[in-house]
Amino acid sequence: MIKLESKIPEGHISEKWTNHKFNMKLVNPANKRKYTVIVVGTGLAGASAAATMGELGYNVLAFTYHDSARRAHSIAAQGGINASKNYQNDGDSTYRLFYDTVKGGDFRAREANVHRLAEVSGNIIDQCVAQGVPFAREYGGLLDNRSFGGAQVSRTFYARGQTGQQLLLGAFSALNRQVDKGTVKLFTRREMLDVVVIDGKAKGIVCRNLLTGEIEKYSAHAVCLATGGYANVYFLSTNAMNCNVTAAWRAHKRGALFANPCFTQIHPTCLPLHGESQSKLTLMSESLRNDGRVWVSKKKGDTRNPNDIPEEERDYYLERKYPSFGNLAPRDISSRSAKEVFDDGRGVKGGEAVYLDFKDAINRLGKKAIEERYGNLFEIYETITGENPYEVPMMIYPAPHYTMGGVWVDYNLMSTIPGLFVLGEANFSDHGANRLGASALMQGLADGYFVIPYTMGNYLASDKPSFEKTDHPEFEKVAIEVKELTNKLLSINGKRTVDDIHKQLGRIMWNKVGMARNEKGLREAITEIRELKDEFWKNVTIPGSGDDVNQTLERAGRLVDYFELGELMAKDALDRNESCGGHFREEYQFEDGEAKRDDENYTFVSAWEFAGDGKWNLHKEPLDFEYVKPAIRSYK
Amino acid sequence: MEEKNLKLKLKIWRQKNSKSVGSFVDYDVQVSPDASFLEMLDELNNSLEANGEEPIHFESDCREGICGTCGLVINGHPHGPLQKIATCQLHMRNFKDGETLWVEPFRAKAFPVIKDLMVDRSGFDKILEAGGYVSVNTGGAPDANLIPIPKDIASEAFDAAACIGCGACVAACKNASAMLFTSAKVSQYALLPQGQQERYRRVQKMIAVMDELGFGSCTNTYACEAECPKGISVTNIARMNRDFASAKFKSKEEVEV
Repeated sequence: MIKLESKIPEGHISEKWTNHKFNMKLVNPANKRKYTVIVVGTGLAGASAAATMGELGYNVLAFTYHDSARRAHSIAAQGGINASKNYQNDGDSTYRLFYDTVKGGDFRAREANVHRLAEVSGNIIDQCVAQGVPFAREYGGLLDNRSFGGAQVSRTFYARGQTGQQLLLGAFSALNRQVDKGTVKLFTRREMLDVVVIDGKAKGIVCRNLLTGEIEKYSAHAVCLATGGYANVYFLSTNAMNCNVTAAWRAHKRGALFANPCFTQIHPTCLPLHGESQSKLTLMSESLRNDGRVWVSKKKGDTRNPNDIPEEERDYYLERKYPSFGNLAPRDISSRSAKEVFDDGRGVKGGEAVYLDFKDAINRLGKKAIEERYGNLFEIYETITGENPYEVPMMIYPAPHYTMGGVWVDYNLMSTIPGLFVLGEANFSDHGANRLGASALMQGLADGYFVIPYTMGNYLASDKPSFEKTDHPEFEKVAIEVKELTNKLLSINGKRTVDDIHKQLGRIMWNKVGMARNEKGLREAITEIRELKDEFWKNVTIPGSGDDVNQTLERAGRLVDYFELGELMAKDALDRNESCGGHFREEYQFEDGEAKRDDENYTFVSAWEFAGDGKWNLHKEPLDFEYVKPAIRSYK
Repeated sequence: MEEKNLKLKLKIWRQKNSKSVGSFVDYDVQVSPDASFLEMLDELNNSLEANGEEPIHFESDCREGICGTCGLVINGHPHGPLQKIATCQLHMRNFKDGETLWVEPFRAKAFPVIKDLMVDRSGFDKILEAGGYVSVNTGGAPDANLIPIPKDIASEAFDAAACIGCGACVAACKNASAMLFTSAKVSQYALLPQGQQERYRRVQKMIAVMDELGFGSCTNTYACEAECPKGISVTNIARMNRDFASAKFKSKEEVEV
């Protein structure tokens, strides 16, 4: 019987982490090298964790499916990283960052975790600067900040529009240093396909060598997953092509509970679809909404060119509905409003797009000022669409971007499988039902640099886990299961391609488990996903062999897990009879269309236990809001 | 919404593995001008897979020009005919109906072909492992604003740090030199105060590994800069050469390489 213990330390919120750090057991410096730790994934969380544990003296094995650790998708984060440094003297503090994050998460995050995140946020900036990360600076040589959604202070540190790249390259450099020293052994082009659990504890992983097809076994005293989010279940998202849920999902099937899968973030400013061949969606920085005005025609199915639609026939719907926040309404609200006008038949030329218009800003400030602020973004837009946004309004539409849900972890970032830790976007813990901008980078690095190095030591010192060799029968058994799955996939020899089926799954998820959900649609989604899964196992085609590079096989393996995850997302959304953050149930809204949260009945984390194909048991972790009292989020 | 009104003839390099001999194979495609180059290849692969044939292997990930995973030589140009974009940012509207396109992997002795258009660029990481970092452990860093850096210096360091590690510079160079890549990292740290302590040790170690891996020498043709999707400047190479030359005098330490 699984018991959910969040292991939140005693004491006042501001003392919990300090007390916990003192109370945790330590591994003697000379003994650290006797412990082997596996880290899967080399994004911000994984690279920082592997490097830091290597520095401490642990024997670290790091894994990535990329050809280099530097390619992880953290690299693509644009905007910035939050930290409560209060360099701007504008009233920021640890407590304010904590407060904003809990509120932004629509009161579905764990307070103690969020406070710890805010506490270490400043250390992250110090660490990155010491590594040589070239953050933006003022003329006086000090660090520059900007403001971001959901906050009234300027606490976002940035490196042009490439903050994720520079932070990841910083963590990557720390990782490279440890690889050179021999404390970290890096395995590239390895995809983790299962976790090995012996006597109830995580003891290692099984991977496929993506170059040779060989199934490889690695053992350790503990395993960390830092394998990112699952937005690619929608096929089209802002995630990279290879982002997937497989490592987290296979751990889930071995006993790790999966929490709040229905909490997904749909980003409002992405480029719309151009057609069936589209492979992914591109994010345009949210900062564009500072000067761009969002509108559609008041007429349904209006096919006129935007510049021919007169002012009085335009509906600036965000300004109309949210007069005080206007075009800067939070992500979830802006996204949902775009869907509403599309559902009303008023999307651009009837399609899934709305206008983001800079005409007024250009008239007011001049083209030069707009070019200075957004020139780079306008160029990106023109490269992709072939249209000049100085002359024609941009077209945008929301797209899946980030997933707040993930593997359930306690305060120590340990899952319900002892010895299996989960870091970064792959876990569920800090963002509740909605993540604020510039907080993902903060969480990834907090987990990797400043949390896991402590909690890992505590696990190793207090639990004293054994080290099992890879010839242990359980390793053999798991490796055989992985091989059997590969062989089964290769033997189907059907007619439909992996991408074709994945696209169909994506459409089901987008239409029925996307920006707005209802009971009927969710029930249909579950049926349709199961039917599609059956069809996959009968009719997919995967050319090539398992003993060679085979990208189709890689994608097929990931799709297998998306079917199950997709079903659980729908089930979780169906179970949560309220609207909160990224989860909007049409049945639960106020008359004006705003989300209706149900604090009385749903102030808990939904943690799902896998109980066989298509079956899950729900465990609830109640959430206490001792410090930030739940209130309705109003942006009117 | 989309009209697939662009007809192209593709000559794509197919090679089973690193040991086999490759060759160009012809494919006819019809594609929407709004599709990206890689989406065009996705579509072609989808049709190959539907016929039970092995797809053309190529690598890509972010498809936003920042991860550095993709990289094809199209009509002789790494990342295709346009400047300052990665292959994934190239769109089909830039080609003419009826055109023939030659698609090859990055070619360099230090980048062996793995399969079709996939190459092994792990040499880049080995160069960085030799010294592409500031030696600071997590935890002991001073307050970030205790290290003031002039805005223009920070900006110049950023320009060097913007390298995405794609390898186009090596593919563009007739000597298959990795000088632009290596010098970008050396420069980032040479410009910043944080990088000064290990400045001369770093440049010697990184260059030694670069040479050892079989990357060629620089003969100042600037092809690397011309093809770099991030516009990394060759002035970085000059800076690295200067540091390398002065390292012998300024560094008292014998650097083991």
